[in-house]
Amino acid sequence: MSYTVLVFVKQVPDTQNISGDAMTPEGTVNRAALPAIFNPEDLNALELALQLKDRYGARVVVATMGMPAAAEVLRQSLYRGADEAVLVTDRALAGADTLATSYTLSCCAKKIGKVDLILCGRQAIDGDTAQVGPQIAEKLKMPQICYVEEVVEVGNGRIVARRAIDGGYEVLEAPLPALLTVIDANDPRPMNAKRIMKYKRARTPSEVAKAHPNANYTDGQTVDDELKALAANGLLIHEYNASDIGADPSRIGFPGSPTKVKQVMSVVLTASEAKSVPATAEGINLLIHELISDHTLG
Amino acid sequence: MAEKLGNVWVFIEQEGGKIADVSLELVCKARELADQLKVKTEALLLGGNVAGCVDTLYSYGCDTVYLVEDERLEPFTVLPYARVIMDLIREHKPNILLFGATLKGRELAPRVASEKLGGLTADCTDLRIDDFEDKKNNKSYTNKLMQIRPAFGGNIIATIVNTWDDPQMVTVREGVMKMDAPVPGRKGKLVRVTPKISDVETVVKVLERVRADKEVDLKGAQIIVSGGYGVGSKANFKLIYDLAEALGGEVGASRAAVDAGWIDHDHQVGQTGVTVRPRLYIACGISGSIQHVAGMKESKKIIAINSDPGAPIFSTAHYAIVGDLNVVIPQMIKAFKAK
Repeated sequence: MSYTVLVFVKQVPDTQNISGDAMTPEGTVNRAALPAIFNPEDLNALELALQLKDRYGARVVVATMGMPAAAEVLRQSLYRGADEAVLVTDRALAGADTLATSYTLSCCAKKIGKVDLILCGRQAIDGDTAQVGPQIAEKLKMPQICYVEEVVEVGNGRIVARRAIDGGYEVLEAPLPALLTVIDANDPRPMNAKRIMKYKRARTPSEVAKAHPNANYTDGQTVDDELKALAANGLLIHEYNASDIGADPSRIGFPGSPTKVKQVMSVVLTASEAKSVPATAEGINLLIHELISDHTLG
Repeated sequence: MAEKLGNVWVFIEQEGGKIADVSLELVCKARELADQLKVKTEALLLGGNVAGCVDTLYSYGCDTVYLVEDERLEPFTVLPYARVIMDLIREHKPNILLFGATLKGRELAPRVASEKLGGLTADCTDLRIDDFEDKKNNKSYTNKLMQIRPAFGGNIIATIVNTWDDPQMVTVREGVMKMDAPVPGRKGKLVRVTPKISDVETVVKVLERVRADKEVDLKGAQIIVSGGYGVGSKANFKLIYDLAEALGGEVGASRAAVDAGWIDHDHQVGQTGVTVRPRLYIACGISGSIQHVAGMKESKKIIAINSDPGAPIFSTAHYAIVGDLNVVIPQMIKAFKAK
């Protein structure tokens, strides 16, 4: 029997490598100018899933909630070895906090059907909350193993995984299905050239429709025909809206989010009054003496 | 008449009967919030054999300690802890519930918040009581908890408010709230709770557990000498250790140095490491990413040594030394020894 492993991934703005281009003259970050990337720890989660596929012959399904453009991280997952991809996209999902997001993703998991394992990156670099993984686990009444470094084994309806704790590690055993959050403890495999050749043509229905604003092609082929052809070749990225996954409208997006943002302030990196100390023996002597006399050093 | 406001709760994290510093920091913060709201400060103390912690919690300002002792609560696993806390929330309806943003707190709090269908804000660096005007929904709230946290990789600071039912739940970063001096002999009320843990919550087994107390105490250090990618190699980190030893300080590091494998993660200062506020912080070969600066900018005096005059760290520093750390550090050691 082979396992079904569901990996939740997210497309995020690259908040970690902010170049000068993304800084405003006021010293704040222009968020719109940041490139969209595959959330780093989600790549670790995908890698762990692909290792399970190598070891046990799992079917790896990758899913994301996001804008239509987030289909790109799904394609990148297919290039690396995922078998199927699912995009959940809907304007009604906008403004979701972690509670609404985890509810939506739990609906997505139910729509996908029976899964043995759900893997998520520990956290996404835009919010850094690490809340969505455990919250999905609770919504699906699954046990969770957070901060996983490696899977020791899967078998007999159980998973054994090693995870980080403060000052060390633990080896935990949980019954399947279970949810794991994964930390930066493996090297995600690169994209595979052959798979890129195949899956670069993978599309969501809205991407197909967008490429053909007129539903009827001149050659008589229709969008439906094209979708059928994509599906037959395993190139169709499934696309669901909120009602497709059976989500309660009051629990998604802005209405489903208990936390509201009162205020946002940009962190301003201003030039401070740094006192310049010459890198000479004399300059450093004076600095040390100043620090001793004001009792900073003693 | 408005419903009586619930109390301010703190989840107490302990390891082997020793309370985590962050939990005591949170008790002190909770005391301040509770005084403002004219409610009580209450602690949730869970574990196998933890009654010995109760007096410490009183001395830091707890009015009540809910003591839940059960062998299934040791070692820590999420499911039974979440069950016990949910049952207590349902029974007592606290107004605010604080968790440390530790590995334990960050996996436990979301599990609880999800079941409670409540809001949860991660990694707060400040908490305040204030009113909130929800213009979008045309509602106003009084005496709400302002949950202040960095977001977007530390590039913005957001103030978040929970608008649904209490409790207002947050995790709070270690080392950011001030720990007040305890008042020995201060007393409170002990409430012993018999937990209702079922087989459903004990399905996760701990097969092996290896841990050691951290050897580095960055949070308590008064002087920290930190090395970054500019140190150049693992061997060259000796310079950082030498300066720290000469000045009587601890050794810190930036994420880049930790990722390069030159030094252990326990030494990491910054958003994914420890937040520090020493008397003196010396940043050697650290460029000064916003994530690093978030963890050390509260230091009283900051010296930055970097060969790149454009390094962002100089914007945060009080003293800027543009130069080669291989030259500057030995000179500092020499100057200090000759004082």
